[in-house]
Amino acid sequence: MTQATNPITATNDFVVKFANINGSGSASANELFAKCILRMGVPVSPRNIFPSNIQGLPTWYEVRVSEQGWLGRRGGYDLLVAMNPQTWDTDVAGLAPGGYLFYDNSKPLPKSKFRDDITVIGVPLTNIANGNWDDPRQRQLFKNIMYLGALSVLLGIERGVVVHLIGEQYKGKQALLDPNVHALDLGREYATQNLPPSGLQIERRDNVGDRIFVDGNSAAALGMVYGGASVCAWYPITPSSSLAEAFQKYCAKLRVDPETGKHRYAIVQAEDEIASIGMVTGAGWNGARAFTATSGPGISLMNEIIGLAYFAEIPVTIVDVQRGGPSTGMPTRTQQSDVAFCAHASHGDTNHVLLFPEDPHECFEFAAQALDLADRLQTPVFVLSDLDIGMNQRLCKPFEWDDARRYDRGKVLTAEDLEAGKAFGRYRDVDGDGIPYRTYPGTHPARGGYFTRGTSKNADARYSEKGEDYVENVQRLQRKLQNAKSLLPQPLLHQAPYPARHGAIHFGSTAPAMAEAIAKLDADGMHIDALRVRGYPFADSVRAFIDAHEQVFVVEQNRDAQLRGLLVEQFEIDPARLVPIVHYDGTPITARFIAKAIGERLGAADVRQIRDGKVA
Amino acid sequence: MTYLPKPKIHHPSLQRNRAGFIRRDYEGAISTLCAGCGHDSISAAIIQACWELDVQPHRVAKISGIGCSSKTPTYFLSASHGFNAVHGRMPSVLTGANLANRELMYLGISGDGDSASIGIGQFVHAIRRGVDMVYIVENNGVYGLTKGQFSATADAGSKSKKGAINNDAPIDMVGMALQLGASFVARGFSGDKAQLVPILKAAMSHKGASFVDVLSPCVAFNNHPGSTKSYDYVREHNHALCRMDFISKRDEITVDYPPGAVREVRQHDGSTLRLRKLPESHDTGDRVAAMNYLHECQARGEIVTGLLYVDPDAPDLHAHLETAPVAFNTLGEDELCPGAVRLESINAALR
Repeated sequence: MTQATNPITATNDFVVKFANINGSGSASANELFAKCILRMGVPVSPRNIFPSNIQGLPTWYEVRVSEQGWLGRRGGYDLLVAMNPQTWDTDVAGLAPGGYLFYDNSKPLPKSKFRDDITVIGVPLTNIANGNWDDPRQRQLFKNIMYLGALSVLLGIERGVVVHLIGEQYKGKQALLDPNVHALDLGREYATQNLPPSGLQIERRDNVGDRIFVDGNSAAALGMVYGGASVCAWYPITPSSSLAEAFQKYCAKLRVDPETGKHRYAIVQAEDEIASIGMVTGAGWNGARAFTATSGPGISLMNEIIGLAYFAEIPVTIVDVQRGGPSTGMPTRTQQSDVAFCAHASHGDTNHVLLFPEDPHECFEFAAQALDLADRLQTPVFVLSDLDIGMNQRLCKPFEWDDARRYDRGKVLTAEDLEAGKAFGRYRDVDGDGIPYRTYPGTHPARGGYFTRGTSKNADARYSEKGEDYVENVQRLQRKLQNAKSLLPQPLLHQAPYPARHGAIHFGSTAPAMAEAIAKLDADGMHIDALRVRGYPFADSVRAFIDAHEQVFVVEQNRDAQLRGLLVEQFEIDPARLVPIVHYDGTPITARFIAKAIGERLGAADVRQIRDGKVA
Repeated sequence: MTYLPKPKIHHPSLQRNRAGFIRRDYEGAISTLCAGCGHDSISAAIIQACWELDVQPHRVAKISGIGCSSKTPTYFLSASHGFNAVHGRMPSVLTGANLANRELMYLGISGDGDSASIGIGQFVHAIRRGVDMVYIVENNGVYGLTKGQFSATADAGSKSKKGAINNDAPIDMVGMALQLGASFVARGFSGDKAQLVPILKAAMSHKGASFVDVLSPCVAFNNHPGSTKSYDYVREHNHALCRMDFISKRDEITVDYPPGAVREVRQHDGSTLRLRKLPESHDTGDRVAAMNYLHECQARGEIVTGLLYVDPDAPDLHAHLETAPVAFNTLGEDELCPGAVRLESINAALR
């Protein structure tokens, strides 16, 4: 072990980066590490950085420990657990000065492989594993638990917490439990006897509260179960596949008729995304709540039917877990780059409802709400999640459900309504809100039947190619979408402690980094108001927010400032008033990035002068 | 096409079927297809089959893609809900509709362009899954609505109206349906209503994926010498595998043929298919034999029509998915929402 001259010392505030090889079984050990810290009452936010690969390529797991509760990616790392020789050089080069390098020293490495300004901690993991297990697979898996053991000693993580978590993981599987605890203790024993504690320490706190630790895809899937989705059609695509799989898992637990064992759900893995959206559209037309989960390339394929659902006014719910582009399009990296595309998906004059969850809690909430909105508005509704929220476990508020809540099935005429002589014309605007009434197929022997098609139709759903019928219909659709604004989740305002001339608009997974950036800027005397938009079309209050500030930064994770474009389009605002702050390299945006970008632009203007309403 | 609608008034003495409907209740709007179009004969056969089966029109969902064939659902069963979806995507829309409510009868109406080209993937997978439906391809070997381009079912060597020769090998959807596991496979000819109506009745009574390919000449673009989908060509080369009588479960089954000359197949719903003039060598319950027979006839230049294969006990998609025997669109919070208490225990497990 070599010691840096200026080692970092920090308690409950540092970043650990695990560099592993995909398929080596490291994921569960790393997750266990993050959970141990949570169980000690200290917030963490872990992020998987993984390749499009099943075995062999490098994968990283970054755990940010933050007593203050900052859950965005911090950037940089203070402790490197270097388990992958392929990436050793770049991993070691990226370690913060004064940081700690933890590695398997079973085989000696030349001095050139290390740095002088870091503390090097070697544990002969391979040698210990080889001395304890014969099976190569077991040697590999238990090596992971052994480094967890050694780290727990170095960082001051209580043994009882780790053992308890392993116990939960292998509940009822004693044959797996015992060797895992044994491996843990081998790691602990070595560290206790050979290594001094590091300058990075975990101390017990009570800062986690009743929050839960879950990934957004599982949360959205559960929201679909609670929201009453009975049909799910999907096609495998990273990073959304785990959503459909979680829906399957939850349905198997929560949606089986206890008496007959029959399923109150139908999940079809379709042949492609075109078929997925076709099935969802067919099911929605026929009155079941249906959804699909996909990512950008899937949305590309779905476009034609999304347009059909829009014009034919069929409830459809789509969760888009955003990533990079088509083909080998950074499928395992995060982005918010489908915003403009989804807002106007398909050909013709279309416009769609978008919801922007910030974390798994909102993934759950918005999934259930999307089903209501789709039924109420009879239109496609998109939940725009992303890989950062979808595939990483995130500390968030617990899920909530009010048993008094009823599903909003929208304007549906029943057999009794029709029997009572209620007039029916499928696309008539009876209530003046642009939303027509519909009937489910098979409702009444003589009334309420109609023919569904694209745009060649009149208000009574009869075939028509007349220009005036078309115009009347698409103008009503426009009114319908405008009226929808008040039904969507409203924007949330964070007000600066002092009157601010500048504002920032952000959405989705940018939220935790934004909150931290604002705190940083506040500390530097630069105060900005922030508005997190949660739905599109934008609420009128978004316009009011922009009007109330001289300049508004629009912070997003795509190249083209897509949300900004939608703001300019909807409010017909002078684009110069909206300053884009964009981050799009595939990694989650950080507070450092936002604070620096905004800070630089604010640097010229001395914002402190208005702190007390006078020049300081 | 005609533009003179028939009067809506019904003569009170018109015969009603057991469901209480007269035959005209199964009709639709006036066809806008060309006079003599084979598709109109198929619509008429669908009307006749539904009327004879005492189907309640509103319990049928008719779903189509895009093309001349896909326009036809407007021309029959006007009391049914219809859905003119996008090109080639009828199968997926129908599959979703079927998942949402398994209690309706699903008629999927498509054409050879819709199903053998742009939508062939969806055709393949809907059949594979065993969606409970009657999938009808109105097959004329040509794109009619875009004025006469070859479709993928056009035979190699056949001639277009403008004189071009098709060099591409044809797709035989009947052969594909057999290979893909359809549990009811038949081929009809729009010019042979006596054969087509019982085929459709049998298909509608079948539980599972029924595939019916109906040769349906296009009088505007594919009814000339040199075409292999013209009325004349199909009549000359038609090899009717057998004659079929459809006997519903309430009809008394009487045998007026010498034993051995008929074969009877009892379907899931209690109806019986009586097959006459079936060659001794052909067993409609043998998928491999059906495929062989189809290809043998094809090699001889014959177009085999009739019921080729039926498995009366095949499981459908709902059986595979083990879905509850209810229409999902009738389920409410009680059946779908696990409730707050359950959610609290889920929360607890995530801490």
